[in-house]
Amino acid sequence: MNQEQFDKIEQEITPPTPYVKNVLKAFLVGGLICTIGHAITYFYIIFFDFTEKTVGNPTAATIIFISMLLTGFGLYKKIGQFAGAGSAVPVSGFGNAVISAAIEHRTEGFVLGVGGNMFKLAGSVILFGVSSAFVVSLIKLILVTMGVIEW
Amino acid sequence: MVIIFQSKPSIIASAAVAGPLERKSVFYSYFDSVVEDERWHQTTNEQGNAKMIEEACQILLKKANLNNLDIDFFLAGDLVNQMTPTNFAAKEIAASFIGLFSACATSVSSVIIACLLTELGASKYAIAGASSQHNSTERQFRYPIYYGAQKPATAQWTVTAAGFTLIGKHNPKNPSIVAATVGKVVDYGQTNPFHMGAAMAPAAYDTITKHLEKRKQTIKDYDVIMTGDLGKIGLEILKRMFAETGATQEELNIFRDAGAEFYGEDKSFLAGASGAGCSASVYFSYILQQLKDGRYKRVLLVATGSLLSPLTFQQGETIPCTAHAIEVTME
Amino acid sequence: MIFIDFLLAFIVGGLICAIGQLLMDVGKMTPGKTLSILVVAGSIISGLGWYQPLIDLAGAGATIPITSFGHSLTQGAIAEAEKHGWVGVLTGMFEVTSSGISSAIVFGFIAALIFKPKGKVN
Repeated sequence: MNQEQFDKIEQEITPPTPYVKNVLKAFLVGGLICTIGHAITYFYIIFFDFTEKTVGNPTAATIIFISMLLTGFGLYKKIGQFAGAGSAVPVSGFGNAVISAAIEHRTEGFVLGVGGNMFKLAGSVILFGVSSAFVVSLIKLILVTMGVIEW
Repeated sequence: MVIIFQSKPSIIASAAVAGPLERKSVFYSYFDSVVEDERWHQTTNEQGNAKMIEEACQILLKKANLNNLDIDFFLAGDLVNQMTPTNFAAKEIAASFIGLFSACATSVSSVIIACLLTELGASKYAIAGASSQHNSTERQFRYPIYYGAQKPATAQWTVTAAGFTLIGKHNPKNPSIVAATVGKVVDYGQTNPFHMGAAMAPAAYDTITKHLEKRKQTIKDYDVIMTGDLGKIGLEILKRMFAETGATQEELNIFRDAGAEFYGEDKSFLAGASGAGCSASVYFSYILQQLKDGRYKRVLLVATGSLLSPLTFQQGETIPCTAHAIEVTME
Repeated sequence: MIFIDFLLAFIVGGLICAIGQLLMDVGKMTPGKTLSILVVAGSIISGLGWYQPLIDLAGAGATIPITSFGHSLTQGAIAEAEKHGWVGVLTGMFEVTSSGISSAIVFGFIAALIFKPKGKVN
C-alpha cells in the first residue's frame, strides 16, 4: 500500500468536521456567556457606583470567578467539549486555561508546579497581547509625530 | 521480523485492573479489580499509576500461587515520561526489571521478550504487561484535566487500566504463544495527535500482512485478529486497507479492535479507547478467557503504538507508529 | 429597548466566538493559537479606533471575548504614549494591566489551594 492509496482511504473514512454545527454551537454558547456578562455589568452599574467605562474590570473578575468554580468541579471541560471556541474565546476561557493548569500542577508544589505552569496555556495570550499593544502604540506614535493622524 | 517459538511458552496466569470510569467498559466483568479512585488512593496521578501496576501484579501472583521471589523477570512499561510508575512498581516487585517502551504496543512487546527469555531457559516465570492512567497521560500529552478544549470525533480516550501476564514454560492447559512479529516503525505522514487511529492503522496493516505471509496463513486461520487501540475510525481504515488488497467481507469480520469496543457505543468517548492499558487489559482478561473457554482456538493480538512525544508534536514532526503481534493458541 | 441591548451583546459576542471556531476548525489551529490571533486582532482594531464603538454598541458582547484584552492593553499603551511621547510607549507597558489577567492569577491560586483534580471528567 503506497502513500497515495492510504491518503485516499484515510480521507474517505475520517468523518468530516461538522463546520456549521460547530460554529452554531460556538455562536450560541459564546453569545450566552456574553449575555450573562452583560447582565453582570448592569448589576454593577445599578447596585454599585461603577460607570460604563469602569464596569469592565469587575465584570471580567466575576466571570473568571464563576469560571473557577465551573473549572474546579469539572463542568467547564464539558462545556468546552460542546461549545469549542464558544467557551474558549470569552474571558472565562482564559480563566479556565490558567485555573486548570494551576490545579493540575498542584502536585509539583506551589512554586515550581502552580507558579511555573499556571500560564503554560494562557501565557501566549499575554505575550501577544502586550507585544501587540506595544507595536500598535508605537506605530500610532510614529504616525502622529509624522502628522499623518491625530491622537 | 517473525519469531517462531519452538517451546511454545504459556500464559500461566493473567490479571487486569481498571479505574473508575472503566466501569462503563463492555469488558468490565472480565476485570479482576476496579478501583473507585482514579489516583488509587495516592497523592499524585503518577503514584496512582504505580499502585495500579502493583495491585495487578499482586492479583497475578495470587492467581498463580506464587510470590514475588519466584519471579525472574519483570518486563513492563507505561506512558508517563521515563516510565516512572513502572519503575516505582518494579521496586516493590523486586524482580530483575527491564522497562520497555513501545507506547501502547508495550502490552505485546513485553510478552514477546518474556517468551524469548523463557525459550532461552533464562526465565522460569516472567511478568509482562503494560498500564496507562488517564490523568497522568492526558496532562503530559495534551492538556490539564479540567481544561475545556474541544476534541474532534476522531479523538480517543486514554483508559486507566493495567493488564499483566505471567509467562512460563509450555503448559497445554493454558493459552500458548507460538509465534510473534516484531513490527517496524511505519510513518505515513500523519500529524494529528487527535487522530491516532489513522496514524497507527498502516503499522497494524504492515505487521499483520508480514505475519500472515511468513506463517503462510490467511486471515481465516484466525478466530479473531484483534488490534490494540486503533479506535472506531482507525479500525475502519485498517479494514478498508485489507479490503483494497482483496480481503472478503467474511474475512474483514475477523478483525476487531480493543479500543473501538472498550466503551461500547458511548458517544462521549468519541472514537473509543486508547492507551497501553487498553490493549493490555482486554487481551489479558477477555481474550485469554475466550481461549480458555474454548471459544477461540487461535488469535492474533496486534498491539499498536504511536511513538510521539509532546515535544515532537510541537516541533511539527509526524507520528511514527509501530505494531507488535503475538499468535496465541489453545490446544 | 433593554431587550435590544442584550440581543446586541449576544450577537456580537457570539459572532466573535464563531470567528474563533472557524479559526480552529477551518484553520486547524490549537485553542492557544486561536486566542493569540484574536488578541492581536483586538489590539489592531483598537489601534484603528474601532473597538470602542463596538463596546458602545454591544457592551459585554465586546468586553467579554478575549479580543478586549488586546483592546484594553493597547488603549493603556496609547494613553501613556499620548501623555509622555516616546518614553510613554515604554512606560505604558508597565502601566497597562488587565483585570482578566490579575483575576485569573488570583482565582487560579485559590483554585490550586481548594480543588484537587481527583476524578476523571467525561
